[in-house]
Parts: sequence; C-alpha cells; structure tokens
Amino acid sequence: MIVKIIITTVYLGIIAYLGWLGYRNTKDTKDYLIGGRRIHPAIMALSYGATFISTSAIVGFGGYAGVFGFSLLWLTFLNIFLGIFIAFVFFGKRTRRMGHNIDAHTFPEFLGKRFQSKFIQKFAGIIIFLFMPVYTAAVMIGASTFIQANLGIDYNIALFVFAAIVAAYVFFGGLKGVMYSDAFQGTLMLVGMSILIIAVYAKLGGVSAAHQKLTDLLQNPNVQEQVQGLQAGGFQGWTRMPVLFSQNWWTVVSSIVMGVGIGVLAQPQLAVRFMTVRSDRQLNRAIPVGGIFILLMTGVAFVVGALSNVLFFETTGTISVAAAGGTDSIIPMFLDSFMPEWFVSIFLVVLLAAGMSTISSQFHAVGTAVGRDLFNTEGKDDKKAMLISRMGVLVAIVVTIVLAYVLPTVWDGAIAISTGLFFGLCGAAFLPMYFGALYAKNMSKAAALSGMLSGFSVSALWMLFIHSKESVVLKLCQALFGKPTLAPEGTMLQFVDPIVVALTVSIMVTVVVHLCTKSKFAKEHVNECFEGIGNAA
Amino acid sequence: MLGLPDAAIAAAYVLCVASALLCVVYGIVNWNRGDDSEDKREIEWETHEQKIEESL
Repeated sequence: MIVKIIITTVYLGIIAYLGWLGYRNTKDTKDYLIGGRRIHPAIMALSYGATFISTSAIVGFGGYAGVFGFSLLWLTFLNIFLGIFIAFVFFGKRTRRMGHNIDAHTFPEFLGKRFQSKFIQKFAGIIIFLFMPVYTAAVMIGASTFIQANLGIDYNIALFVFAAIVAAYVFFGGLKGVMYSDAFQGTLMLVGMSILIIAVYAKLGGVSAAHQKLTDLLQNPNVQEQVQGLQAGGFQGWTRMPVLFSQNWWTVVSSIVMGVGIGVLAQPQLAVRFMTVRSDRQLNRAIPVGGIFILLMTGVAFVVGALSNVLFFETTGTISVAAAGGTDSIIPMFLDSFMPEWFVSIFLVVLLAAGMSTISSQFHAVGTAVGRDLFNTEGKDDKKAMLISRMGVLVAIVVTIVLAYVLPTVWDGAIAISTGLFFGLCGAAFLPMYFGALYAKNMSKAAALSGMLSGFSVSALWMLFIHSKESVVLKLCQALFGKPTLAPEGTMLQFVDPIVVALTVSIMVTVVVHLCTKSKFAKEHVNECFEGIGNAA
Repeated sequence: MLGLPDAAIAAAYVLCVASALLCVVYGIVNWNRGDDSEDKREIEWETHEQKIEESL
C-alpha cells in the first residue's frame, strides 16, 4: 500500500508541476501563441492518443477481448488504420485548414459554418451534450473498476473517489488543453503497456507459444463446460473468429469493430485536435507516434485480455470472465493477480492518467457545445458566457456520475457497450456530412442536413425498438408493443448494431439528396472554405 | 501462423503491426513535405481559441 501511495503522490506532483509550467508560460510569455504552436509533433500525437485511448479502451474493450478473444484485434487494426492514418492524412489536414479558414472552434461549429446552418450547429451540439456523458461514464466506470480491484474497496466508493478527482481536475483548469501533461500521461501509458506485453508473453513462453496455449485451452473439458453459453452464441475459441453471422459475430463485428472503429472518424473531441496543429508537415510527423501508440494501447490490451484466460485457468481453474466476476473486471483482476505490486501501482496511475486526459477532452467538448453551439455566447458578457459553459459541464458531470453508477447494473461489459453507443451515433449522424464538408465542394445544405437527421433518427429508433442491448434497458418498446424488441424471433436482427443500418441509411440519403439538389452557397463562401486545400501534401 | 489457427485472426494480428508500420513509413517519407508556414488566419484562429479556452 505504501508503494501505491508513494507512486501516486509522485505522479500527482509531476502533473501539478506540468500544469503550473503551462499556466506560467501562458501568463508570462508574450509570444505564447507562436511558442505554443511550436509544440513538437510527437507531443501532439501523444496528446491525441491520450485523448483517444482511455480506461474504456484498456479496461472495457480489454475485458471484451477476455471474453471474445483475438477477434477484437480487428478493432485495433481499424483504430490504427482509420483512427490514425486515414484520420490524419485524409481528414486531419483538410479539417485543420478549413477550420482556420472559417474560424471554427468546435466540431458542431465547423459543420454549421461550412454548411451555413445554425440548425446543424445546434443539433450537433445537442447530440454532444446529451450523449457524451454516456461515453464519459464508460471511461469513469473503467477507472473506478480498476480502483476497486486495486485498492480492494467497494465500486461505489471507488466511483466517488474518482469523481472527486475528476471534479478537482476540472475545477483547477484541467479543461484547458494541457498538451504537456497529456503527453506525459501518454508516455506513461506507452511505458506501462510495453512492460505489460513483454511480461505476459515472457510468462507464457513467447509469442507463438502463448497463442498456442490459448488455442489449446479450449480442448480442456473443464473449459468446454464453462464456455457452453458462449458457444451457443457462436464462440469458437479465443483464437478464432465467432461463427459467421452468429450473435457473437454481430456483437464483435458490428458493435465493437465497426461501431468504434468507424465512429472514430467523426468524434467531436478528436476532430478539433487537428485544428490545434500548426501545419500539414507537423501532422505528417505526428502519424508515426500515433500509429505506434495505438498499437501499444489497444493491441496490447486485447492480446493481454485474451491471454488472461490461460493464466486465470492455470491458477483458479476458471476462465477469465468467471474468475474476475464480470467482463469489466477482467483486466483489473488480471493485473492484480499476476503482476508485481510496483507495476500495478504504476499501472493504476497510467490508467487514471488515460481516464483523466480523455474525460477532460470530453467535458471540454460538452462545455464548448453548450457555450458556443447551443447558446452562442460569443460577443456576450464574458462572465455570463463562462457561467453558461460551466453550468453545462456541471450538468454533464452529474449525469455522468449517475450513469457510471447505473450502467454497470444494467449491462455486463457496460464500458464497451456505452463507448460503442456514442461512437456509433456520432459515426451515423456526422460522418457522411463531415466527409462531404471536406471533399464535396458542391454539396448542398439539404444533403448535409438530411444525412445527419436520418443517421441520428435511424440510430435512435434502432436502439429503442430493435437492438435488444439498448431496447431491453430503455423499455419503450415493451411499453408500446408489449415485447422487448420488434426484431423477428429467430433472426439475428436484434444483435445488429445501429451503426450498420444507420450509417448505411445516412450515406445513402446524403448521396441521393446531394444528387437531387443544387448547392446554393455563394461561390465566395465555398472558395473561402477550401482556400489552400487541394494543394496540400 | 504465430500459434493462431484462424487465418482471419492471424490477418488481424499482422494487419495491426503492418498498419502501425505504415504510419511510421508515411511519417518518415513525408517528414519534410507539406506546407509548414503559418499564415495570418491561423494566428487569428489561435488567438480566438485562447479566448474561448479562457472562458472555460
């Protein structure tokens, strides 16, 4: 316990020092604007990565990998290929340039100004305000579950402790983009995850030997007995994909891999990060660090999550989900059981760091969505503007804490489900419009609007009436139709994630309306948006 | 391959590493490519951004 306290105190001291350093530079240096924008691309990439990856990815999705196995590595692939490579090269550069051209500072404002629509800006702002807390709660559950396992305290107390830390962080200005402390946390995460993967592979006799042990585990009669329920859902082992189009396949492929993997391209809190980068060249230079960072975060978490089954079975005679007592507890329990105390202490700090950097960006997105997009406080009294933004963040914090308390009681694997829900919703509502904003000069306002509205409505309806994961909990379908889902019995429709249907519909609607309507934007506006775009490498 | 009997899983494993390598190679190849200048608009944007940050 003393080791844990010392390490946590040292960590908090460093974070406070870095925060003070940033604060002092902001106040004292006249050329802060230039200096601030000379931030090294590696720092930008680490900061972006620390915003992207959180306790949700490591604890929540790592836990899912403990249940479903290596199939989650498809998500890591999309995280790197779409979330870093495509996002930086094809979305980042244009977003940065266009954002500066039209002076946009939030994602809704970017879309609203590009399509000259206050409605788009407000609607996107409402989506962020209402649904971001679901994702923030996922991050908070991840951190609290880890504190619970690590310190051996009750989940509710752990949640209270973490919420208090978050509140203090936010209160003392943690919402400001503190690139250096984010980068420090990112570096800690890199080191922690590197040690973890080396230790686990070494413990199991090397890469191939470890995988082979996991493959062979399924042959054990005791294991066969324990995975009977999973097998009924299409499970074929931790080193095999689930049966094609089975319940597990739809869960892994549509909700986890597609929902989060594709949804990342239209994440409000990530898209705005591109605008803070100084140049295309700096974006290019940030890509290598970003790619390696994500590989070491989600890649390691998923591999370790899956391999935890071997170690849990060897010591307890049960597979991970049974030994840990739930999907979200697999990673925390695994670390607590198989890693040395000093490492677990560092990892606790690493995970809290990951959670804090993501949560601060999430609340930042909510604060600006309320202050700038919903109530348009620009030009108004500064104090009033600040009050409105802060009230928005306060409401979001309260809702987040309530959700973090409730969600684990309604879903096993609440972290991954909640994260997938928000990512999927953003993907369906914003992605076609966002892509069009960047690449289709002649896209009409009607096309953008109809794509967003159709994506959002189909997502919402699918969650309320078809996708049983949400419809059972929300109970509206039961109240109106007397059954938990309208999906025909005996079909897999109730397991098909909303993003599959909603994104398809929103793409189709956007394209059809785009082809049927004419852009009425003034040529000057379009030229202003695309100034300097097209010739950038 | 790699102790992974399912080609789809082995492919995911390899693609993870390959895509990270793609990021590294892209970054190295384009290290000095792309505009690196800062125009007036960007400075204005940054000034405005700082003001918004202050209000949070």
